Amino acid sequence: MKVIHELCDICGTCVAVCPVDAITVSEFNVEIDNDICTNCLNCLKVCPAKAIVEGE
Amino acid sequence: MVKDRYDIVVIGAGPAGSVAARYAAENGASVLMLERDREPGIPVRCAEGVSHNGIAPFIDIDKRWIASQIDVAKLTSPNGESAFMHNNGLGYVLERRIFDTALCALAAKHGARLITKADALDLIKENDKITGVKYRYMGETREVKCDIVIAADGTESRVGRWAGINTTVALRDIDTCVQYTLAGLDLKKDTCEFYFGNEVSPGGYIWIFPKSDSTANVGIGIAGHLSHEKGPKEYLDEFVAERFPNATITYTMYGGVPTAATLKEIVRDNIMLVGDAARQVNPITGGGVVQGMIAGSIAGKVAAEAVNQGQFDAKFLKKYRKEWDKTLGNTQKVMHSMKEKFLFMTDERFNNLVSYCKKIPSDKFSLKVLFTEAVKGDPKLMLDVAKSFVVSKIKLK
Repeated sequence: MKVIHELCDICGTCVAVCPVDAITVSEFNVEIDNDICTNCLNCLKVCPAKAIVEGE
Repeated sequence: MVKDRYDIVVIGAGPAGSVAARYAAENGASVLMLERDREPGIPVRCAEGVSHNGIAPFIDIDKRWIASQIDVAKLTSPNGESAFMHNNGLGYVLERRIFDTALCALAAKHGARLITKADALDLIKENDKITGVKYRYMGETREVKCDIVIAADGTESRVGRWAGINTTVALRDIDTCVQYTLAGLDLKKDTCEFYFGNEVSPGGYIWIFPKSDSTANVGIGIAGHLSHEKGPKEYLDEFVAERFPNATITYTMYGGVPTAATLKEIVRDNIMLVGDAARQVNPITGGGVVQGMIAGSIAGKVAAEAVNQGQFDAKFLKKYRKEWDKTLGNTQKVMHSMKEKFLFMTDERFNNLVSYCKKIPSDKFSLKVLFTEAVKGDPKLMLDVAKSFVVSKIKLK
């Protein structure tokens, strides 16, 4: 999964639905660790800003 | 001077965290709050609607953080019919930025310390026991030791996960939300509005919370599993284009609201979870400010008691869980079952519900009446709903 930083509002909704704790949020950024990610697509589905896409 | 050891470290200075900090400090504990952002309350991720009875126990009402007073709720069904609710008690639309800072100031007054721009990175563990928090402050990694961590780090909570607690929310139990603050409107300042329907806002609703007679928070939450190609922004844009074609957007905000029951585990040895992090949100209204403050007050008191008695294990901290369930947790469970009903409600059912409510004299029309009617045909749930209104004197939202 990949975060499009220009669209991301850093709201953290993705973190709440991630079953494997692959997502990190700081004051300025959201990052997805693709080594941990299982491609379940939960984050992509709930992202209100549509800032998450498939791919690395 | 910030010390390198406190009895309690609270992560997150929203309403749940700052109320927890305040009650812990007031009851004799030394408390440090860590806030990731540069100021509590920002960025605002909230519709800002609360009930007077919900917040009054925690802070003296102050005009500086009240945008408007709400006396009327207007519910609109998919076919455009509206029912008006007048006796649900006084409500406010807040200025969260000022409100959250005021709550922190209150915690500080009782002796709690706050550091802003302090981003929690991990829990410190010694022999598997939580003994502190590692955080980043102005580019520097710091450590603070403590006996209890209170995790109040919101929907995006990771602190609970670091402690090994499963905090994952199912897609159907999170609402994906977008909100605009709109200007250039012509509104009744005392009326909040709600719009329902599967074409309008699947599995959720659209809200209008006026902040003045020309500005309002206008937002939408839709159930996570119903958000596909068409997401909350598309639904909201359609609504705004029709209802407020000439409005100007002064603020755009995205966010997620857990609409689940409280997490199974909200305490472990040396750690407690409060607020959105514990999923302590009304699953029907999505309201979490008052819920978080109530949970925070219970957690703060229990944490201080734990400090005074030198007992930090889950067994002792479970007092918080017990008290929470009695106060609101059990009610939240019933509300969650009701929300499941709402998820499957057809537009026809919404229309009938609003038609029914319209016939009730507006001074007799309350949430209790609405909910009881909504779950008609399910005797067990009706009973649970009735009971939850008896047990909990706390107002919804």
